Amino acid sequence: MSVKSQSIQSKKETGKDERLKKISPLRVLLNRPELGALGGAILVFIFFGIVAGDTGMFSAYGTLNFLDVSANLGIIAIAAAMLMIGGEFDLSIGSMIGFAGICIAIPAIYWGWPLWTSIIFAFAMAVLIGYFNGIMVVKSGLPSFIVTLAMLFILRGATLAITRLITGRTQVPGLRVLIEDDPIAWLFATDTFQWLFTWLGSMKLIELRTDGTPLATGIPPSVIWFIALTLFATWILMKTRYGNWIFASGGDKVGATNVGVPVGRVKISLFIGTAVASTIFACIQVLDAGSADTMRGTLKELEAIAAAVVGGCLLTGGYGSAIGAALGAIIFGTVSMGIFYTDVDTDWFKVFLGAMMLIAVVFNNYIRKKVTETK
Amino acid sequence: MSEYLVQFNNISKFFGKVIALKDVTMKLKKGEIMCLLGDNGAGKSTLIKTLAGVHKPDEGEIIFEDKKIIFDSPRDALDIGIGTVYQDLALVSLMSVTRNFFMGREPQKGLPLLKTFDIEKANKIAAERMGQIGIDVRDPSQAVGTMSGGERQCLAISRAIYFGAKVLILDEPTSALGVHQASMVLKYIVKAASQGLAVILITHNVHHAYPVGNSFTVLNRGKSMGTFQKKDISREKLLGMMAGGEELDKLEVELKEMDRLASH
Repeated sequence: MSVKSQSIQSKKETGKDERLKKISPLRVLLNRPELGALGGAILVFIFFGIVAGDTGMFSAYGTLNFLDVSANLGIIAIAAAMLMIGGEFDLSIGSMIGFAGICIAIPAIYWGWPLWTSIIFAFAMAVLIGYFNGIMVVKSGLPSFIVTLAMLFILRGATLAITRLITGRTQVPGLRVLIEDDPIAWLFATDTFQWLFTWLGSMKLIELRTDGTPLATGIPPSVIWFIALTLFATWILMKTRYGNWIFASGGDKVGATNVGVPVGRVKISLFIGTAVASTIFACIQVLDAGSADTMRGTLKELEAIAAAVVGGCLLTGGYGSAIGAALGAIIFGTVSMGIFYTDVDTDWFKVFLGAMMLIAVVFNNYIRKKVTETK
Repeated sequence: MSEYLVQFNNISKFFGKVIALKDVTMKLKKGEIMCLLGDNGAGKSTLIKTLAGVHKPDEGEIIFEDKKIIFDSPRDALDIGIGTVYQDLALVSLMSVTRNFFMGREPQKGLPLLKTFDIEKANKIAAERMGQIGIDVRDPSQAVGTMSGGERQCLAISRAIYFGAKVLILDEPTSALGVHQASMVLKYIVKAASQGLAVILITHNVHHAYPVGNSFTVLNRGKSMGTFQKKDISREKLLGMMAGGEELDKLEVELKEMDRLASH
């Protein structure tokens, strides 16, 4: 090792090999896909720190509020990012959220299933639907855009039709009472670190209600899921063989197949991943609200894709990161909540979302050229 | 054991009524570089795909290390040691050198279910292998997109060798390269052969083939026009045998004629 570094050193000094030119740390950073999103997130926090610093946005309660919104989006954005790195899209994420919601609510409320069995039922349906999306894309060779667009309509329509057929309504309330003592539901419905908030409250470090209990009662389950999924996805992408296969499948399908990567299996598993993430999203929201709504999750697929793109994923596949997508979700969540604390009309949020995405795509394209530029 | 590592005897391939290959025979010894020459449409691609297990031959047999072999898939060919480097190289330009080198065959470490891609080991091997062919990868985590065409070609060949190729089939490895890059790749091919590999080099460029080849098989319209040892054939004759030969002569005459007329 030392011999090698010495020889590199000597070459550098004599300047014989121009390829051993030192690369600047900036360039190393530029090669990371999440750079843009990190910069964006920092800018967003600086902006709101100045504009809304004294409004309660960054109080314990306010922070948990925007983190909760970010985390919910992040859960689906990470799965969408992994699929995008694998070279495909899933436009049925939003519809899958609605469908998973009624898969939990109808059996539990109308058929008398224990809540935990209906949750497992919802995940089983997600695996089936994800598998179907995947097998359709892989076997037919059709663009995933078309296949999952069809699934977007099918699932949303089925959700509405089935719910109306069974319940006569478009909403299924009454879940809240079932959460208590359920062996699984707590995974999606428990605030954690409550002791910490109670303690902080007793020390008068965070805001209290009039009855003396803290306003923020604990870390919402979405945030825990979000952090866990970010770490898990990053580990998979960077540290496992399967992660390498995801990059390869998205980067060059034919090439990857030629060297023995099971591209079809990788893509199918990623479609299952987005459907399962949608179901996690649905579990958290349905149990939090205590009701399932047939329109839940509408347009979420586009927000998830936007967050993944802002996070540095290339639309053409083969490049991106889970941390980037997580940062993208934090940017959107922070702005969508933060805008309430400013004088800006909340109608402008979508304008911001669109502009942010455009800037991200232009920036990412530039980065891709830099990364692949030939000497 | 016969003196040949691999023999392709009387290979024929038909697509419906079209005779893509008819009675093509090639035999290779260890350390031999055989150049497969032919103009566009001569059947070169069909022949390689048949040798690499993509197509099944309709007639003829493949004998590898004295055993008759039937391939069901490219994977079978890979497994016994016939490595093919296609023109597209199967490299992903956005991925790092290491990740490309081990694509599909990543070394792993750790407990079952928690197995991780042993990236340190992979980096080390990739850098070492690239170093052996004189390509100093300053950082094996750099994207393949930053490498030159010749370096990419060498990476793809080096990968095939590392994963156990005994017979190396190279499809037009120099066609997209400049003079300097092409000679770098050719040099590496000679070196690989000197280590005991049998190499089939597919090309339509006689000037690249002649200096490195030990023997030459010329394909024309799906048929082999024979295999020639280097001592038995000159570069010009080889060029003449390819379909383009006569036409190039004609072209030369025509151009001279035009020159003559223009100078008047």
